[in-house]
Amino acid sequence: MNLKAETLSKIDEVITHYPVKRSATLPLLHLIQEDIGHLPADTSEWVAAKLDLQPINVLEVITFYPMFRQKPIGRRHIKVCRTLSCALVGGYKTCATFEQEFHTHLGAVSPDGEVTVDFVECLASCGTAPVVLIDDELHEKVDVAKAKQLSDQIRAEAKARK
Amino acid sequence: MPAPAQRRIIFQHIDEPGYSNDLACYLRHGGYEVLKKAVTRKPEELIDEVKKSGLRGRGGAGFPCGVKWGLVDRKSGKPIYLIVNADESEPGTFKDRYIMHQDPHQLIEGTMISCFANNVRQAYIYIRGEMPHGARILEKAIAEARAANLVGPNILGTGYSCEIFVHRGAGAYICGEETGLIESLEGKRANPRIKPPYFPAVLGLYQCPTIVNNVETLCHVKYIAEHGGAEYAKIGTPGNTGTRIFCVSGHVQRPGYYEFPAGTITMGQLLNEVCGGPLPGRTFKGVIPGGSSAKILRFGERFKGKRKVGTEMVDYDWGVEDVPMDFDSLGMIGTMGGSGGVIVMDDTVNMVEALANINAFYSHESCGQCTPCREGSLWMKKISARMVHGQARPEDAALLKSVADQIPGRTICAFGEACSWPTQSFIAKFGDEFKNYSETKKTAKPADAVALV
Repeated sequence: MNLKAETLSKIDEVITHYPVKRSATLPLLHLIQEDIGHLPADTSEWVAAKLDLQPINVLEVITFYPMFRQKPIGRRHIKVCRTLSCALVGGYKTCATFEQEFHTHLGAVSPDGEVTVDFVECLASCGTAPVVLIDDELHEKVDVAKAKQLSDQIRAEAKARK
Repeated sequence: MPAPAQRRIIFQHIDEPGYSNDLACYLRHGGYEVLKKAVTRKPEELIDEVKKSGLRGRGGAGFPCGVKWGLVDRKSGKPIYLIVNADESEPGTFKDRYIMHQDPHQLIEGTMISCFANNVRQAYIYIRGEMPHGARILEKAIAEARAANLVGPNILGTGYSCEIFVHRGAGAYICGEETGLIESLEGKRANPRIKPPYFPAVLGLYQCPTIVNNVETLCHVKYIAEHGGAEYAKIGTPGNTGTRIFCVSGHVQRPGYYEFPAGTITMGQLLNEVCGGPLPGRTFKGVIPGGSSAKILRFGERFKGKRKVGTEMVDYDWGVEDVPMDFDSLGMIGTMGGSGGVIVMDDTVNMVEALANINAFYSHESCGQCTPCREGSLWMKKISARMVHGQARPEDAALLKSVADQIPGRTICAFGEACSWPTQSFIAKFGDEFKNYSETKKTAKPADAVALV
């Protein structure tokens, strides 16, 4: 496991928040995923050693929670809300628009490597539906036009980086 | 009758121009004055105020907060923990998000008062994983409060110490169930625990007595500590005290959040006046009044019976629009106030498709430890999705109902009820749409029809 020094110090700090080390399982997985982008195969063993657990104790947590991923994703993660309040005002169209814009399908890395589009359950912003979470940023009232605009923005940022 | 005016006590500063989420702004608005007074009082007095207030939990179940605190085992000698349930994830609910993002110190002050009242030395805020900004805002706010000696060791020189840490979830709805949340906070899969014996008040986090309260509930505690329980109980109606925040989404002109004294507004006033009524050219068809698991109401149906007003029993005869939006009235007509998430559907919605959407949610979110829920939610999803995308048969309604009827009461936690109520109520209220769905599918949909599943 090749983690940044900053991540390692955050890991040591967060373990002190709990009287029982095992409680730090989710925080550690979040920190590793934020650092590397996903949870590589040796994560379970590494976290288990750090928290005095068995690797299966960690693996069963990784596979239970939808936000943890064991494979890399695109540079940006687009999560479109699928649940009822968003669907009632066009969430499915919003999601399809992102798929078309990046020539990709749900859960896959787009051919240009820029995005992964996922259709997720309720993001708790039903009053401004449809909502989309791009990385850590919540976007509200994302209709087809706004989805296209956000896609343009992502492509422009990708171009500027190259 | 015109709708009453909003009364914002929890959302007082939400969306206020110039109001920011830092400590300086909170202090300018009188922040932490209530905590300063509270720590000079006896903890038992504060618990009494909460009991007197009649405050009911705002997470969904509506359980009296004072009773919850009264159940805590204080003789075991073990530490008592308090967990803030900030895992807001019941579809249709979006109130705690605004408190945490825009007014985090209100939550921290309410939490610290509750911790002091219950002799808690360690609190955790369990925030859902999909709110990374919220987690950072809370962490920053706690650090500010710690630096000002409002959180941490020897608070305000009283000798009382209490720490708060933020703990992030990772996308599992079941973490909103309090024993699932505790398992998750212990670093495990969020499989809810069986009760008895695992009542959090006795055997909660690390098998110690634990209080789990919703974000909004703790903000109400701050208000109660400030104004007193008796004063708080004057807001709203007997049995439904204080204010209620309604989160309205779906097919209305003005979706959003609205805070009213509990029990003073009817469904019709909320949807037609406050939210501006249906979209142009449309009519209301159904409404889910308290988060997606609450049983749906059909516009046009009537509810009759007797209810208690003061000490007298009086007859009531309500349409959906006449129902007062409080825990007891909604309970009386067979649904629930739940988390305050009101989801509105108009005449463009086909109820088979709406149910298929909800069933997909519950199937995805079942933790999987109890067979009736794991298999039942999956089959309800498969059958309703097949009706929409494959072949629909008139007998599917009865099949769906038979699956749903076999789940409630046979599971460890209330998710079993939550996942079966939508199917049961949709079929009870809109059975004709399910029976006729194979015919409905033959007619072409309008070009602007919205896909729901």
